[in-house]
Amino acid sequence: MKILTLLSLLATHLSASSVNIEENAGQFFSSGHTNNWAVLVCTSRFWFNYRHVANTLSVYRSVKRLGIPDSHIVLMLADDMACNHRNPKPATVFSHKNMELNVYGDDVEVDYRGYEVTVENFLRVLTGRLPPSTPRSKRLLSDDRSNILIYLTGHGGNGFLKFQDSEEISNVELADAFEQMWQKRRYNELLFIIDTCQGASMYERFYSPNLMALASSQVGEDSLSHQPDLAIGVHLMDRYTFYLLEFLEDIHPSSKANMNDLFKVCPKSQCVSTPGHRTDLFLRDPGSALITDFFGSVRKVEITMETINLTEPIQQVEQNFVNEERQKETYSYVDQLPVSEIIHQKPKQKDWHPPDGFILGLWTLILLVFFKTYGMKHLKHIF
Amino acid sequence: MGLLSDPNRRRALISLLTRLNAPICVVCYMAGVAWFMGLAFEPFTLRTYMSENAMGSTMVEERFPAGERALGTGREFSAHKKKAGGMPVDWLVKTMQSRGLEVFTQRFSRRLPFPDEDKERYMVKGTNVYGILRAPRAPRTEALVLSAPCSPGDDNNQAVGVLLGLAQYFRNQVFWAKDIIFLVNEHDLIGMQAWLEGYHHTNTTGMDWSPLQGRGGSIQAALSLELSSDVVTSLDLVLEGLNGQLPNLDLANLFYAFCQKIGVLCTTQGKLQRNDWDSVSGYSHAVQTMMLMVMKQASGRPWGDHGLFLRYHIEAATIKGINSFRQYKTDATTIGRLLEGMYRKLNNLLERLHQSYFFYLMPSLSHFVSIGYYMPAFGLLALILLLRVSFQPRLLTTYLLTDGVPGVLSVLTPLVISHLTGVALYTLPIHFQEIAVEHFPVSETEAVVLTAIAVYTAGLALPHNTHRLLTGRGTENGWKVLKLVAVLYLAVLLGCTALINFSLGFILALTLVPVAAFVTPDVPKALSAFIMVILSPACTLLFSVFLFQELQEMPVSFLDGWMLYLSVISQGILDHALYGSLVYPLVALLVYPCWLLFWNILFWK
Repeated sequence: MKILTLLSLLATHLSASSVNIEENAGQFFSSGHTNNWAVLVCTSRFWFNYRHVANTLSVYRSVKRLGIPDSHIVLMLADDMACNHRNPKPATVFSHKNMELNVYGDDVEVDYRGYEVTVENFLRVLTGRLPPSTPRSKRLLSDDRSNILIYLTGHGGNGFLKFQDSEEISNVELADAFEQMWQKRRYNELLFIIDTCQGASMYERFYSPNLMALASSQVGEDSLSHQPDLAIGVHLMDRYTFYLLEFLEDIHPSSKANMNDLFKVCPKSQCVSTPGHRTDLFLRDPGSALITDFFGSVRKVEITMETINLTEPIQQVEQNFVNEERQKETYSYVDQLPVSEIIHQKPKQKDWHPPDGFILGLWTLILLVFFKTYGMKHLKHIF
Repeated sequence: MGLLSDPNRRRALISLLTRLNAPICVVCYMAGVAWFMGLAFEPFTLRTYMSENAMGSTMVEERFPAGERALGTGREFSAHKKKAGGMPVDWLVKTMQSRGLEVFTQRFSRRLPFPDEDKERYMVKGTNVYGILRAPRAPRTEALVLSAPCSPGDDNNQAVGVLLGLAQYFRNQVFWAKDIIFLVNEHDLIGMQAWLEGYHHTNTTGMDWSPLQGRGGSIQAALSLELSSDVVTSLDLVLEGLNGQLPNLDLANLFYAFCQKIGVLCTTQGKLQRNDWDSVSGYSHAVQTMMLMVMKQASGRPWGDHGLFLRYHIEAATIKGINSFRQYKTDATTIGRLLEGMYRKLNNLLERLHQSYFFYLMPSLSHFVSIGYYMPAFGLLALILLLRVSFQPRLLTTYLLTDGVPGVLSVLTPLVISHLTGVALYTLPIHFQEIAVEHFPVSETEAVVLTAIAVYTAGLALPHNTHRLLTGRGTENGWKVLKLVAVLYLAVLLGCTALINFSLGFILALTLVPVAAFVTPDVPKALSAFIMVILSPACTLLFSVFLFQELQEMPVSFLDGWMLYLSVISQGILDHALYGSLVYPLVALLVYPCWLLFWNILFWK
C-alpha cells in the first residue's frame, strides 16, 4: 500500500516536473526572435546639448554590455562632444557628475556622425533604402525575426523631433516608416524609447503591429535635465535616461525582468514629467516580454543528445581549362543615380482630365445662353 | 459715393480734428510725457532673463585663485608707470610674454582740433599694448577682448593688475574656443579708437596709427575694466556707447546673473536697486535711474572705453569698481572669479549675441523696457505734429496758384538762410579759433565754445534781416506754408533721430514740439520769443546739464553749471572730430535750422 502511494507520488512528481520543463522550454521560445538590433540616435548638436550625446552613449554602453555587438548597433551622434574645443577634458564624455563615468572611448563605433545625422538618413536606415555603396556598418540588416530597439533623444515638440537645428521629423513620418518596416518584414518586435520634451506625441500615430513605445514626458510637459557638472559647465544627463540607466544597471543577460518593470522607471516624483508608454499594438502581454528581448542579445541555445547526419560535402565544379576560355564577368561600378532610368523615363500616367479649352468653352456657352434668355441688363450685376 | 470710406464720416472726423485741434494736441503731449514717466513703474517693466541658449545658466565653477598676486602686479605697474611717465611699454610687453601671450604694440598719434581742457591734452601720442591668448585647439576665427585703460596718475592700476592675473590663469585652461585679447590702451578713448581702426582696417577719423602686427579672429564680445582700489563695495555696469548705441541686453543679463550667483553688489548708473516699487521714493528712484540712462544716451558720447566697440557690432560693456562707505567689501579674487565666469559663458557662444534686445531702457539692473514699450511715448509727441499738419488742408497748392513765384521765394529764403546759419554754426567755431584767440584774451577751447554760442545767438537776429532781402513784404499766407514745411521737416527729423537714438529724439521732441505746434505770427511776440528761446536746443542742453548733476546727487551752483555747460559743448565738438559722434552735426546742421524756421515764423511780417 505504502509502496503504491510512494510510486503514485513519484509519478505525479515526475509528470509535474516534466510539465515544468515543457513550460520552461515553451517560455524559452516564446518571444519568437532570433537576433537583436539597436538604432540609437542623438539628434541635437552644439555644446550646450552635451547631455543628449551623453544619454545616447550611456544607452549604447548598456546595450553593448548586455550583448548586442557593434555590428548590430547603428549609432548616430549629431555632434562631437569629446573633441569639442570647449571640453575641459578632451576625448571624454561624462555621464555622471564629478567625472565618475566616461562613456566615450576608443571602443565606441559611431556609424553616422556630424552632419550625416539627418531625417533622410534616419528614415533610410529604418526602411533599408540605402544606396548600394553604403557600408554594412551603416545599414540596419534586420529580418523578420529581429527585435529592434530604437532610442531617440534631442529636442522635440508636440508631434515632431528636431534634427540638428535645421529640420524636423514628424510623428506621422515615423509611423509610416515603421509601417514600411512591417510590410517589408524588417522586424519581429520593436521597442521605441524617446527622451525629449513632449515625447508621448511621437508615438501617438503608430499603427503597425508589434510596436511598444515609451516616452519621457506627456504632451505639454518638458523633459528635464538631471545634473549639471560645474567644472564642465553643462548638464550631463536627462532625468529619464538617468533613471533608465540606473534600472538597466541591475539587468544582466539572464535576468527575467519584464517590460512592466520598465514602465515603472522614473515616476513623477523623480522625473518631474510623467513618463508614458503604449502597448496596445504589442501582440504579446508586456509582462511576458523580457527586458533582454530588446536590450540584450541573448542567444538561444538548444541542447540535444541526438546525432545529426550531415549531407555530402559540396562537390567541386570541374573546371575545363583545356580548350575553352573561361567566361570572364565584366565588373563595373554601380551607378550613384539610376541615370538610364531617368533619361528614358516614361511619362507618368495621370488621371484623365478634360482638356482646358473645353471647360472654358463650356462656361462661355452657358453664360451666352443665360444672357440670351434673360437679357443683357443683368450683365451689370455681374461686373 | 465713396468706395472705401464714407465721405460724411470723413468730413465729420476732419471737422472734429479742426475744432478740437489744440485740446487734442495738449492731451497728446500730456499722454506722451505720462507714458514716459510710467515706463519706470515696476509693474510695467519686465524682469531681465537670459535669451541666448548657448549661454544658459551661470552653471560654471569659477576657480580664479590669484587676486592678491594680481594686486601686486598692479602695484608694479603703477611704479613703472610713474618711472616711464606714461605707458610702461617694455615692462608690459615683458610681463605679458612671461604669461605666455603673443604680445604686440601699436603706436598712434593725433592732433586734436583744439586743446581738450578736461583731460589736458592737445597733441596726443601713445602706444597700445595687447597680448593674444590663442585658443589651444580651436581655429583662430573668433575672439573675445578684455581691456583696461592705462590712465595717468593713480587710476586703474588694479584693473591692469587683474587683467594680467586673469591672463595668467586663463593661459592654463584648455577649454577656450576663442582667442582672448588682453588690451591695455593709452589715452583711453583715443587709444581704443586707434586700436579698433587698426584691427578692422578702417580709418574714419583721420588718426595716425601703425598697423597691427597680430590679430585674432572677429571679435564676438568685449569687456572693459575700470578698477582703482584694492577692494570694492559694488560693481557698476556702463552700457551707453557712441551715438547712444547700446550692447545686446544679454550682456547685461549675463553680468547681473553672475553678480547674483557670486553675491557681489551690482548697480547701473551708480544707483542701487530698491525693492519698494510701490512707494513714492522707490518709484522716484527708478525714474532717476532711467532718466540718467536717457540723458547719457542722448549725449551721444561713449561713457566707457567699450563705447567704441559697438559701432563694429561688437557687444561691449564697461565694468567699474566703486569703493564707497559700506561694510561689505569684495576683494580682487571675487572680481576675478566674476570675470572668469562671464568669459567662460561667452566662450560657449556659437554666434554673435542677437537673441535679446538691442534697444531698451533700464530703470534698474533687473528690469528693462523694450523698444515696443517706450516708442509710443515718442509716437504720441510726433502725433501732435501730424495733427497740426492736417489742420491746413490744400494749403500748398492754393498758395502756389495764387501767389506764384515771389511767394515761393519768400518761403525758400528763410529755409536757405537758416541752413546756412546751421552750416556756419558747424564750421566757424573750429576754423576761426586762431582769429578769435588773436583778438580776445581767451584760450582756444573757450574761443571755440564762445564762437559757437555767438553764431547761435546771431541766428536769433536773422528774421529782422531776412525781410530786407525780399523785394516786398512776406505775403499773408507765406508763413502758413513755411509752417507746414517746417512742421513736416521737424516730424521727419525727430522721427529719424528717435529711431537711432530714442533718448535724443525724445528730449528734442519734448521741447521742440510745443514750439512747432503753437507758434504763429499772431501770438504775443515778447512772451513767445522768450518761451521759444527757453525751449531752444541750447537752453535744453543747459537745463539738461543741471538736471544731470541733480540726478547724480551732485548739484552745482549756477556758475559751476555754466562752466560745465561750456565744457559739455567743447566735448561735444571734440567727440565729433575724434570718434565720429553725430550729435553735434545733427544739432548744428538740422535741429538748429529747423528751430530758426519757427523763429522766422514768429517774426513774420
